[in-house]
Amino acid sequence: MSRTHLIRLTVNRVPRQVEVTPRHMLLDLLRDDLGLTGTKACCLVGECGACTVSLDGRIVNSCLVLAVEADGAEVTTIEGLATDGHLTRLQQAFLDEGAVQCGYCTPGQVMAARDLLAHNPHPTTAEIREGLAGNLCRCSCYAQIIAAVSAAAAEEEK
Amino acid sequence: MTTMRPDTAQRPGPDTEQRVAGGVGDSPVRPDGTLKVKGEFAFSSDLWADDMLWGATLRSPHPRARIRGIDITGAVALPGVFAVLTHEDVPGAKTYGLEIRDQPVLAIGEVRYAGEPVAIVAADHPETARRAVARIAVDYEVLPPVVDADAALDPRSAQVHDRGNLLRHVPVRRGDPAVPAEVVVTGEYEVGMQDQAFLGPESGLAVPAEDGGVDLYVATQWLHVDQDQIAGCLGLPTSLVRLTLAGVGGAFGAREDLSMQVHACLLARHTGKPVKMVYGREESFYGHVHRHPARLRYEHGATRDGRLVYVRARIVLDGGAYASSSTAVCGNAATLGIGPYDVPNVVMDAYVAYTNNPPCGAMRGFGTVQACFAYESQMDKLAAAVGLHPVEVRLRNALTTGDRMPTGQLVEGPAPVAELLRRVRDAPDPPPRGTDPRLLPGGVSNTTHGESVVRGVGYAIGIKNVGFSEGFDDFATARVRLELVGGEPAVLVHSAAAEVGQGLVTVQAQIARTELGIAQVTVATADTTVGSAGSSSASRQTYLSGGAVRAACRAVRAALLARSGLPDARLVDGAAVSPAGEVPLVELLRAGPVEETVEWRHRPTSPLHPATGQGDAHVQYAFAAHRATVDVDTELGLVRVVELSTAQDVGRAVNPQAVQGQIQGGSAQGLGLALMEEIQVVDGLIRNPSFTDYLIPTILDMPPMRVEVLELADPYSPYGLRGVGEPPTISSTPAIVAAIRAATGKALARVPVRPEHITEGPQWTD
Ligand code: FES
Ligand code: FES
Repeated sequence: MSRTHLIRLTVNRVPRQVEVTPRHMLLDLLRDDLGLTGTKACCLVGECGACTVSLDGRIVNSCLVLAVEADGAEVTTIEGLATDGHLTRLQQAFLDEGAVQCGYCTPGQVMAARDLLAHNPHPTTAEIREGLAGNLCRCSCYAQIIAAVSAAAAEEEK
Repeated sequence: MTTMRPDTAQRPGPDTEQRVAGGVGDSPVRPDGTLKVKGEFAFSSDLWADDMLWGATLRSPHPRARIRGIDITGAVALPGVFAVLTHEDVPGAKTYGLEIRDQPVLAIGEVRYAGEPVAIVAADHPETARRAVARIAVDYEVLPPVVDADAALDPRSAQVHDRGNLLRHVPVRRGDPAVPAEVVVTGEYEVGMQDQAFLGPESGLAVPAEDGGVDLYVATQWLHVDQDQIAGCLGLPTSLVRLTLAGVGGAFGAREDLSMQVHACLLARHTGKPVKMVYGREESFYGHVHRHPARLRYEHGATRDGRLVYVRARIVLDGGAYASSSTAVCGNAATLGIGPYDVPNVVMDAYVAYTNNPPCGAMRGFGTVQACFAYESQMDKLAAAVGLHPVEVRLRNALTTGDRMPTGQLVEGPAPVAELLRRVRDAPDPPPRGTDPRLLPGGVSNTTHGESVVRGVGYAIGIKNVGFSEGFDDFATARVRLELVGGEPAVLVHSAAAEVGQGLVTVQAQIARTELGIAQVTVATADTTVGSAGSSSASRQTYLSGGAVRAACRAVRAALLARSGLPDARLVDGAAVSPAGEVPLVELLRAGPVEETVEWRHRPTSPLHPATGQGDAHVQYAFAAHRATVDVDTELGLVRVVELSTAQDVGRAVNPQAVQGQIQGGSAQGLGLALMEEIQVVDGLIRNPSFTDYLIPTILDMPPMRVEVLELADPYSPYGLRGVGEPPTISSTPAIVAAIRAATGKALARVPVRPEHITEGPQWTD
């Protein structure tokens, strides 16, 4: 196997050191090296958004980011959202609105929606649709996902 | 969501159904939901065992070839490789299959489709396993493949299997085969190969057990049918092959057949170590069956006022290399192939053929999707020929209670075909087209300012059988245990029914709450330590496993009331109550838990007569209608679905939120088939095995939906419910195509519709 590099990064507020090969993807690092399997492997070519994580405050498809590129970075994954077991408003809204069926797309959807709300706290339906256009849901909970993001945004306002 | 409850609905009385929060008719939060939104739900691809190995599969690059030899020495020599296995290492039955055991665990002497597994490897790292696969040398003698279903049925065709290429022919005959009609419309239609494209890939973990058996954690639709097939191939008794359902990332029919199950178990038994297998996205396209592509020729004869006199049809389905569930798909296409219409004279022949294309089997809608595209296109043609509105011609022929199907089966219970059609026809129109280019065909690509954009509206209705048909002895098992947990009564529901995303875990708990009046209900992980629940397919699981849970709860209730010693006692508000007295539940349960296991069956069905297709083949019928509104850029051939309006009878919405989920999701998959989803197979080779090239609807493709849910109770089913999952997939496709035709006047006899069919295709007129 090929030469490895030691990288340091912060994942969900915890500092980590990992040996990675040059062709290791961030997705592999999270799932296989750190055991953070909440981030999903699906299309592996940047089409589905199931592997969405936040990298230094911007969302990326972790299947397209080399692990070495994350050296020194701050990464937040789906496992990093709930605090002390309490769901975020957005996670709760996904549950309440029925936006979760098989749930395979859910971590990516929640990460993308969280990013959308961070940049645009009161998105219109059209803005939600554009913001989540990179996240496939084969169970097609799209209407419910729109409802969940809207509900979380409205909740935020109170 | 609106609901309709007619007086005829059989509402269960208070002693059979208690009003409980989180019970039947409610939409409680799904019990697996919290883990899913936190990223902590363990899907089959997330499993891990210390010291586990990774499996990988060598697949045939050829659709048809003889195997002259397999040299595994290069792979075996690679450090980190623990096993390299071929068909010679399969200790039990070398083949498996849902209906016909014709599919080799690993190819034996011949490959019949591109992607067929030839050898498997276990190694200490997934990359090592893949490199080992690449080092296996197979000497193929490439043969010309059979790639066309019609040609395959020609007796002179090369044979895919020894038994001939005709997998099944289902004729259905009703009335006079030669009756004339005043108006005749004909059409030839084609449906491309659709993929279920679940997001969670085929995967699982096999763990060798000390007793010589194996434990398999896997995403599947039917644990027990997997167990039977795996045990057969491993040469083990089923008691030594134990399956537990791992988290399932969608199914839609694609997990009804085996994929990596036997392979992982073989490798685990061979190496004595846990073996994990996960397909990548490309491999997933080779790893499961697809929706049958079809060619359909229809002739409809009618009176001048649009009443159907006859339908004559020939449907040819491409089954691909192995049978899978093709014979049942063919049965559905034949028996439901004229749609929800009352037609006195029918000549229907449905065929499914073996070819060297990828194997086809179950996908949501299962044989009726293909037929519905054709018969609904025909109904529009007929409407045009007799000068009627498309809905009006359908209303004149709508199937209703008391009519007979072409199979002779009496339609019992509600059949609200006309009502569903009227509801979508009368739904308010979506707003007219605006000027925002993002809301025009082409969307954010900004391809038009609205010039050449035309709006069209189309309608369709479909019919689906719920459950397994043609005399199959179908049943589901459920175990229900009532006991004190921390001093409070609590219920544990255990079954082998697969939660695949549809919300079955929620529904099982709801039923237990309603039947036992107890809020605290846990649904155990599905596994094979309890009897079979049958498949999570054919829209059957709420009916079958719901029925089983209800029956088991009722058995528990009866046992508990008997324990009270009170005559004619009923369970009311946590106590056994009778005129003679009252005993609290908590007291009754001090003597220990009450547990009952029930195997539950629906009414039997009968096989079809082999020559006439007559027989009471189906358990229940389900109906849904769609109206599609589309904007079409006639210059570029781009389509934007503006709105889908749908109406569906669900008998009883056991969980209204889950019903919505099924209707939205099913409609989206129908939209995909109408506009974008097709596995392109050229000379037996899949050309687009990725989500870059196989397109599924995104949030931008899915329009707002208007959903009307009718609740017309079926007198035979639990709570009057009707299977929900498939009907929305069936009618959305033809409704969208009809809308594009209405906008463009193009023929569009094939789905998915491509831009060039709109810009350059022939006109609709006959
Ligand atoms: S897995 Fe990364 S975008 Fe699909
Ligand atoms: S919930 Fe199944 S893919 Fe989105």
